[in-house]
Amino acid sequence: MSGGVIHEEEVLGKAYDSRLMRRLVGYLRPYGRQVTFAIATIVGNSALQLAPPYLTKTVIDHYIPARDLSGLTVIAVLYLTTLVASFAFEYAQTWTMQVTGQRVMFDLRMQVFTHLQRLDLRFYDRNPVGRLMTRVTTDVDVLNELFTSGVVSIFGDVFTLVGIMAVLIWMDWRLAIVAFSVLPLIALITQWFRRNVRDSYRTVRAWIARINAYLQERITGMSTVQLFRREERDFAAFDDIDRAHRDANVQSIFYYAVFYPAVELVSALAASLIIWYGGGRVMADLLTLGSLVAFLQYSQRFFRPISDMSEKFNVLQGAMASSERIFALLDTPVEVKSPEVRRELDTASLVRLKPDTTGGPETTGGPETTGGPDTAGGVIEFENVSFAYVPGEAVLKNVSFRVEPGQRMALVGATGSGKTTIVNLLLRFYDVQEGRITIDGIDIREMDLAELRATFGLVLQDVHLFSGTIAANVRLGHSEIDDAQVRHALESVHAWGFVSQLPGGLSAPVAERGATLSVGQKQLLSFARALAFNPRVLVLDEATSSVDTETEFLIRDALKVVMRGRTTIAIAHRLSTIQDMDRILVLHKGELRETGTHQELLARRGIYHRLYQLQFKERAEALENAS
Amino acid sequence: MSPARRLLAYMGRYRRSFLIGFACVVTTTTIALTAPWVMKYAIDDLNRGVTAEKVRLYAAVLLGLAVVGGLFRFLMRRIIVGASRDFEYDLRNDFFAALQRQHAGYFQQHRTGDLMSRATNDLSAVRMMIGPAVMYTSSTALTFVIAIVLMLSIDSKLTLIALIPLPFVSVVVRYFGTAIHERFEKIQEQFSEISAVTQESLAGVRVVRAYRQELAEISRFRAANDEYVRRNKALIRLQGAYYPSMGLLMGIGALLVLWLGSREVIAGRMTIGELVAFNTYLMMLGWPMIAFGWVTNLLQRGMASWKRMLEVLDAIPAIADSPTPGSIRDAAAITGAIEFRGLTLAYGDHVVLSDVSATIPAGTTTAIVGPTGSGKSTLLACLPRLADAPPGTVFIDGVDVRDIPLRALRGAIGFVPQEPFLFSTTVAENIAFGVNDRAATVDAVRAVAAVARLDKDVESFPKGFDTMVGERGITLSGGQKQRTAIARALMIDPRILILDDALSAVDTYTEEEILHRLRDVMNQRTSLIVSHRVSTVRDADQILVLVEGRIAERGSHDELVRRGGFYADLYRKQLLEEELAAS
Repeated sequence: MSGGVIHEEEVLGKAYDSRLMRRLVGYLRPYGRQVTFAIATIVGNSALQLAPPYLTKTVIDHYIPARDLSGLTVIAVLYLTTLVASFAFEYAQTWTMQVTGQRVMFDLRMQVFTHLQRLDLRFYDRNPVGRLMTRVTTDVDVLNELFTSGVVSIFGDVFTLVGIMAVLIWMDWRLAIVAFSVLPLIALITQWFRRNVRDSYRTVRAWIARINAYLQERITGMSTVQLFRREERDFAAFDDIDRAHRDANVQSIFYYAVFYPAVELVSALAASLIIWYGGGRVMADLLTLGSLVAFLQYSQRFFRPISDMSEKFNVLQGAMASSERIFALLDTPVEVKSPEVRRELDTASLVRLKPDTTGGPETTGGPETTGGPDTAGGVIEFENVSFAYVPGEAVLKNVSFRVEPGQRMALVGATGSGKTTIVNLLLRFYDVQEGRITIDGIDIREMDLAELRATFGLVLQDVHLFSGTIAANVRLGHSEIDDAQVRHALESVHAWGFVSQLPGGLSAPVAERGATLSVGQKQLLSFARALAFNPRVLVLDEATSSVDTETEFLIRDALKVVMRGRTTIAIAHRLSTIQDMDRILVLHKGELRETGTHQELLARRGIYHRLYQLQFKERAEALENAS
Repeated sequence: MSPARRLLAYMGRYRRSFLIGFACVVTTTTIALTAPWVMKYAIDDLNRGVTAEKVRLYAAVLLGLAVVGGLFRFLMRRIIVGASRDFEYDLRNDFFAALQRQHAGYFQQHRTGDLMSRATNDLSAVRMMIGPAVMYTSSTALTFVIAIVLMLSIDSKLTLIALIPLPFVSVVVRYFGTAIHERFEKIQEQFSEISAVTQESLAGVRVVRAYRQELAEISRFRAANDEYVRRNKALIRLQGAYYPSMGLLMGIGALLVLWLGSREVIAGRMTIGELVAFNTYLMMLGWPMIAFGWVTNLLQRGMASWKRMLEVLDAIPAIADSPTPGSIRDAAAITGAIEFRGLTLAYGDHVVLSDVSATIPAGTTTAIVGPTGSGKSTLLACLPRLADAPPGTVFIDGVDVRDIPLRALRGAIGFVPQEPFLFSTTVAENIAFGVNDRAATVDAVRAVAAVARLDKDVESFPKGFDTMVGERGITLSGGQKQRTAIARALMIDPRILILDDALSAVDTYTEEEILHRLRDVMNQRTSLIVSHRVSTVRDADQILVLVEGRIAERGSHDELVRRGGFYADLYRKQLLEEELAAS
């Protein structure tokens, strides 16, 4: 259980990558005016920072010896002016830069999310949802720091440093060189600190991730831990991780504990040098006392930006790693998309983008009766289709079949036989690799993607609900489906019974992932959803999990309602569903092996017969006993 | 004891570290405050004219002070912050141990996210309070006192004038600190919202695509994103003013010193060296003022967090060993005879079980059927005390389960829940989860996997039993998860096996095979099986039908079918299903 597993997210790469940086800067382009303004305020503010020590010098060298009180007042007014101006500059800069950063992050987040909405399902197979979420949320937020605090303060720091150096050289270049002589030391210390802190930061982050993962898992599974009396061993394992985390932290404290005093020491060294060499020059009348004081004050301001900059380094590094991951996502091409030139189906025959709007509770018929899909046209055909998720491991081999309009077809086969793949290809979640799929003779790859998918109503085994209301989960984003239609759909699939019991009825909230609803209720809701969309073709992946008998009957009946008058393609697990089908396709290891009706296939005593015996043996036995 | 006292008591473990740390704080602060004083002499001497040796001496003294001060500063940070990490380590362990003592219900009342946030955010806030906050408070207070004394000794009137802006600095820090924190929390909330929207949209990608919800999802995301930017702007508005206003206030202090101090110098009441030193001390005071506001925020937040952690640390486990244990001391002593005696269980007004009585002789199989929500799972949960029944209602071998030590009780029960929880480790480790002896388990793991019909599946896994199952067993199918959980329960060689609808995701053929193999293994053991399928329960020695928390029917399959009640109805419906199929 121990050992430093470093997650992908924890790996930090180069601190600066000009290719990535250029691309990042590209996102600032729409905000050129704001950026220019922000840079101007930074430069202005850096210049103002140079004023106070110089004013002090002037006071000591001129006004005090001259006993000029009114001159002092002028200086005080000047001083106040720089303070106020500096306040204004800083405020303007922070506001402009950070708001721009937010806008850029907004743009970037939208871009990532929009791209994710188009990316192939194949991409989702490779990347767990948790990782993709990190791209949209955390990675973008890390970049935000780069745009606001990180880069900007480095700009400011550099300007300040350059300004101070210029003033020092101008005042006394010899003393300036003496004061600068400590710079290599600072560079060495910073380098040492940066390298070590980066490594130890990485280790600490890896351990804290381990702690959180472990804790999260054990809290969620605490009952299991307790049932199996694992408390002591788990505690020991947790103690190991916790200890490693502490040790990594103690290591990193060491670097900080050395770094800050070391920078102060170098700063004191600079002050000593200024007093020693500068003092000599004051005595030789080559330097005024005020200049010496100004030198001391400038040298103090000199070191602050340097230690700041070393901290910014981590930000920069994290940002580079994040942007690399984000760009990798954005650069992933979309393969399944609408063609440039689209071929349209005869709309009268099959495609119906808008659900029927004539139905409603006050009229007797609902969508499935008055606006029921007419079954003319819409022949679905698989022609020699082959497909593999992983090259070399064919999931479908040379599959051909034809579904007539209005026909009900069941797909049957063992796990891994390719049933789900047929559904995936039909909706173009993936594209076929060989052969083609046509609707009324038109290759689905030549059709508009949205139009194609509008043809189908998909009901999945694992019902996905969104947080929102019951009604919103039925109509999804199609606001033209009104409450009356939603209610009618719910009634038709026997879901109204439980929905009307919920506080709020149609507008009752659905918790995240439908946590408050039972499995059976969720299935009924998904039927209602399919019905409300009134698709020409129902594509059904039946749920396998067993529910109580009452619900089982409700579901069975609801299914009949949804299938009425529609072409249906179903991955069937229930005998009752198979029973209702016009035709059954038996898939075995990716090949289409048998087709026919239930009775025909049983009579053939082939694969279907065997499957039937395996899966439904118990039921058949019970029947024998009963009769 | 008050939370503050509890904290001090807890910190007592690191008394030595904190005392030495304080000594370092005193030393380094004093030294840091000496340097400007040396500078003052140097400048005044330079103004008057002085020997080169003396200037060199000043330079050397300054450097020497810096070396000693730096050394103690290093020790200070190392010792105090180090102690805070030790504290964090101990507290985190204690926190975890406290969680381990809590019963299942506790984790239903407290969301995982909430407990996680106590273990991470709150813990970190407490550490910040006793580490950095303690360090800065002590060094700040000391700097404050010494610097003001030194400034007063130079010029008392100027000191009072120069200090005018400083209280404002603290007020600004306090005000902004609190307001910024609040706005930051709001941003975090919205960040969670963005995450939730993204999670939902990505997890449901097939539904989104099939129902062409891409644009709807994008606009939902845009709304969340817009709000996020809006809240961020509210924060920036404050933050933009925060640091500059501090710079302004501190600058005004420096301005007053330069302006009025120079007049003092001209009047001959002050030297230039004193003016410079004065200015330096004022600058040094600025930091304590900032730190003061910052530290009070840390302390406030830290105490609030500490209280939240104490809630967990002090929570009395609702289910624990009885102070008066019965005759059974370890799992091996249990034979497996179970009795429910007039068991009534209610949560508030909601009665889950009412007057349930049943005797289950050791070595027999009892099945429980009933509609969803009839109390089947609760009844089973009372046996390993995942939920507690009232005293005198649940007995094993004639001893109240409440009087059997938890270790013995749970060691005798193999429990398979409906939705089993697997850990993100290998298949083998999941199966051997409840077994302490690691060496002797390889063959045993294979054996129980075979009983659970998991062996064939494992063969097809890339690394066999060493395949990682992913978080919560995500890479396994529902049926594989359930079968792994069955193997895990068998692995501890329990006297009592409980299957709470544990085969629901397994197809009927496999289910029958598993039941068949279980029969051999469970020969001499007691089993309790909950199922919706008549085929699963028909061979049980007795069947209990639970309806709305009561035992409505009991008897063998044949008896119940003849009786014509709920069970017979269930049986008839399932037969009907098959008739439909076979016609």
